[in-house]
Amino acid sequence: MAQTFHRSTNLLARVSIFGGLLILGGLAFALYEIALSPWYTEQYAVRQQPVPFSHRHHAGELGIDCRYCHTSVEKSSFAGLPPTQTCMTCHSQIWTNSSMLEPVRASYRDNVSLAWTRVNALPDFVYFDHSIHISKGIGCTTCHGSVASMALTYRRGTLYMSWCLNCHRQPEKYVRPRSEVFNPFYRPPSGEEQLALGRKLVKEYKIQTLQYCDTCHR
Amino acid sequence: MGYLKLRIDRIFGIRGSALGRRGALARARDIVLLGTAALTLFGCRLDMHVQPKYLPYAATNFFGDGRSERQPVPGTVARGQLRLDELMFTGKENGVVSNRFPFPITRADLERGRERYNIYCTPCHDYTGSGHGMIVQRGFPQPPSYHIQRLRDAPAGHFFEVMTNGFGAMYSYAARIEPADRWRIAAYIRALQLSQDATLQDVPASERAKLTENSAGQSAGSSR
Repeated sequence: MAQTFHRSTNLLARVSIFGGLLILGGLAFALYEIALSPWYTEQYAVRQQPVPFSHRHHAGELGIDCRYCHTSVEKSSFAGLPPTQTCMTCHSQIWTNSSMLEPVRASYRDNVSLAWTRVNALPDFVYFDHSIHISKGIGCTTCHGSVASMALTYRRGTLYMSWCLNCHRQPEKYVRPRSEVFNPFYRPPSGEEQLALGRKLVKEYKIQTLQYCDTCHR
Repeated sequence: MGYLKLRIDRIFGIRGSALGRRGALARARDIVLLGTAALTLFGCRLDMHVQPKYLPYAATNFFGDGRSERQPVPGTVARGQLRLDELMFTGKENGVVSNRFPFPITRADLERGRERYNIYCTPCHDYTGSGHGMIVQRGFPQPPSYHIQRLRDAPAGHFFEVMTNGFGAMYSYAARIEPADRWRIAAYIRALQLSQDATLQDVPASERAKLTENSAGQSAGSSR
């Protein structure tokens, strides 16, 4: 009896099996890469704001402390967005004719909130508290990037859970002295030195490597 | 699948017509069951990312001003926040600006005062209090130096009052600095005034030699 399939179909079968696996693997890899790419995570994407506020100018060039505007960052889960009064503290006297600042003046005059667009927004099922991170020696720039060099503000982190866990698993890689938390130009020591400093600070600040689900999902 | 098929058949009465009164009940229950199943299936992406709650400063169209955070009714006093201590919250005693601090100032208070001063005051008043801060360099009206006689003689309560209510071009800092911290800043301003007005006599006798043996350019009064 003649064979149903010609010998060459053996090759076809092998090629299709391995080719299929390759394509599947390639697809998985591509998906993974896309999920981590700024195109998908919207990292580095500047948001439209009512006023083109520059952190580079205010925090970088003028050297205004983060807490001057984000007043509640040390004692609350929310870092705090400045009320228009904070802007007007200086801008009642400086750049008073600037058309760029008209929304700020209008907000102050008419008692209408400025509708800023959130740059770092977590999903609602994540609990995050700024104050505890600040008091345990995690610097602003560790998560927010070099804000003092951002002309327009963008998000630096992916805000993925793996991104959070990176640090929760190995805080010694990221922790800095409390005195440097608000220093926007802080440069961590390199490699081994950071690990040595980090281990010391983890002990000193009693930093826990919290990885329970209910640490953040509560 | 078989179970689902059975349910659907029953709901649409394909074989259940003989079940009578009990059948109607079961049918109602099945409709609820199926409805729930459908809801859970289609509800998947209406997920917990966006929960029906207001995060801080979230906008809303429920209230006329678009704010989800409400102003308390005028005159509201939160529990434990009745401000009866005149000195602590106004800087005055019996209506007169006081030179007394409402609590004893320790070293920790001074250090906290320095930290708060460096955050909120240095942009204009600069690190020594002479009024040449970065914002002044950029065109803000120059505030008086803390080291003029009028402010050296001013009672501590005066600085508290200015921080609380603002003064001249300076806005109120009451929303940014808590009352106790305003007092600590006032204490630190006193320290700054001392630092800029020190004489050789203020240096402990044992340390004086170190200052005089250095070059004349480094006077006892200069800091930073």
